[in-house]
Amino acid sequence: MLKTVLPHYVSTTERIWYYTLRILCALILLFLVLPILVIIPLSFSQSSLLLYPIQSFSLRWYDTLFHSSDWIRAATNSFIVAPSATVIATVLGTLAAAGLHRAQFPGKGFLVAVLISPMIVPLVVTGLGIYLFFAPYGLVNSYSGLILALAAIGAPYVVTTVSATLQGLDPNLLRASYSLGAGPIRTFFGVTLPIIAPGVIAGALFAFATAFDEIVITLFLAGPEQVTLPRQMFTGIRENISPVIAAVATILILFSTSLLLVLEWLRGRAAARTTRVTST
Amino acid sequence: MILVGPLALFLLIIFVIPIGSLLTRAIDNPEVIQTLPTTLKALQHWDRKSTPPDTAYLALSQDLTKAKNSPSAGELARRLNYEIPGYRSLLFKTLRRTPIQATDGPAARDALLAIDKRWSELPYWAAIANNDKSWSPYYLLASLDLKLNSKGDVTSVPPDTSAFRAIFSRTFVISLVVTLVTLLLGYPLSYWITRLSKRRANLVLICILIPFWTSILVRIAAWVVLLQREGLVNSALMHLGLISEPLPLLFNRLGVYIAMVHILLPFMVLPLYSVMQSVPPTYQRAAISLGSHPFAAFWRVYVPQTYPGIGAGSLLVFIIAVGYYITPALLGGAGDQMISYYVAYFTNQTTNWGMASALGLILLVGTLLLYSLYRKISGKELTLG
Repeated sequence: MLKTVLPHYVSTTERIWYYTLRILCALILLFLVLPILVIIPLSFSQSSLLLYPIQSFSLRWYDTLFHSSDWIRAATNSFIVAPSATVIATVLGTLAAAGLHRAQFPGKGFLVAVLISPMIVPLVVTGLGIYLFFAPYGLVNSYSGLILALAAIGAPYVVTTVSATLQGLDPNLLRASYSLGAGPIRTFFGVTLPIIAPGVIAGALFAFATAFDEIVITLFLAGPEQVTLPRQMFTGIRENISPVIAAVATILILFSTSLLLVLEWLRGRAAARTTRVTST
Repeated sequence: MILVGPLALFLLIIFVIPIGSLLTRAIDNPEVIQTLPTTLKALQHWDRKSTPPDTAYLALSQDLTKAKNSPSAGELARRLNYEIPGYRSLLFKTLRRTPIQATDGPAARDALLAIDKRWSELPYWAAIANNDKSWSPYYLLASLDLKLNSKGDVTSVPPDTSAFRAIFSRTFVISLVVTLVTLLLGYPLSYWITRLSKRRANLVLICILIPFWTSILVRIAAWVVLLQREGLVNSALMHLGLISEPLPLLFNRLGVYIAMVHILLPFMVLPLYSVMQSVPPTYQRAAISLGSHPFAAFWRVYVPQTYPGIGAGSLLVFIIAVGYYITPALLGGAGDQMISYYVAYFTNQTTNWGMASALGLILLVGTLLLYSLYRKISGKELTLG
């Protein structure tokens, strides 16, 4: 084992140093991953206390969860609000990225800075600003207000992801399309979009994950009708943390991990596709 | 380029204008000029040192009689109460006794003084006279524990009522500690990943990305479970014989630090790793072959080449930490809340939108300044991964 990792000429201090680093890093990785894993078994516990060791296992908390009108409504709301915001963010963000690609005009830097500013501005400031701005128009405590706000938060993720994918696009393909008589719209849908599709989907996933997990703006804008999963979890953690929360957490961990795996797979595909396109 | 239009317009309406209008909200001051217009006119030439003119008493009794039972009276009372605590009760007490039957100044003066002696005190009149404009620096000054005194000079508020400087410095300290700890943990971790084979590096990166993608509320719930009195951390420490009594880890600063470091560590590792990947190992080897001690080679040759990553990662973590709200709100105590908490507090609890906007603006300006520094250091806009 030692020989495969370190060449034989390294000194003892270096060897000690190397293994110290390895143990330290293993501990840091444990610190990152363990808290998330710890909550999963507790959701299958019979006990109503979130404590180890688990005495006996049951699915009662999942049963409670699936029969709770509050949680069902929260899940329904999340799956109304987040996908709607994602569609708006993805369409507008992809168009914007295509418009910015290879375009040179005065003030481009400033425009890009404005387009991605929702990523930087503290969420509380965004929430307050939109709350005060929406209130006179009756958009506070409404689905449409929440969806519009979450779309604004998600759009920059689409712009940055799609822009990065467009960097790998071979301009000769577009020239070929134009020379064969296709207009800019046909070229976009027939040539550009199929090539950058993995980037668009990745951007949409980022926007979805952001909207799906958003809590701060939701606290400002959502009324009792619009309670989403994060909002319901916020109340649950604040008031009385029960194993139902652990059950929700387990489902959400599985959900976000599968999103991540899809994203990684897409990244691999995108990389393979741009190399294939540019090498042929 | 035209394709940028829809998103630019969308963000202008949904994002840029709402946030820009916080600026006007933070200096908006309509209450006094709307509800007490004749009083302000009567106080126009008042020197703020002598007793206000009798016409001001008459004007005030007329303005208050007119405002009685209207919502503007409540807003006025709230606004003036910010200037002098207790003003609200004074106004409501006076409003209850309106209409005041007085046709000339001295009679109005006697009537008001009969209702409450405080109407003879100059600060109560100065509070009205100082708000003779539709905008006021009051909220912005109050956010920095400053105020205008009755002469119109900027002074510090008395120490027992000051709070915001302490909250700003607390926000700064928490963000700084979290940034330093994430750097301390993130640096060796990123360095280690660069030395792994590609397959194992990807596996470790997935381990970092899984918590990164997991809902923040799931991670907070997990930390509540771990850090509670009978939680795994306390029972493990007691099992090891390190402590005999469970440590209080929840609803205090330590819990906030632990959870914030956990949530923000990936934001440190990803920029650090991307910089370290581009550092060629040959320089360090050259230094060692020229006789440098391996530690010296690491410290003096390798680390300086990663300064852009350290700068970008630290600024990114600091910028995100400064705006944190949910984590301290759920895992901290009353003394661990950061500036964002008070923005939400003034919006939802006391509906003092002027104060919320002023605090939000200061947070926004601070964040944008830090972000322009980030752009200078990393030479690029914010991207992911």
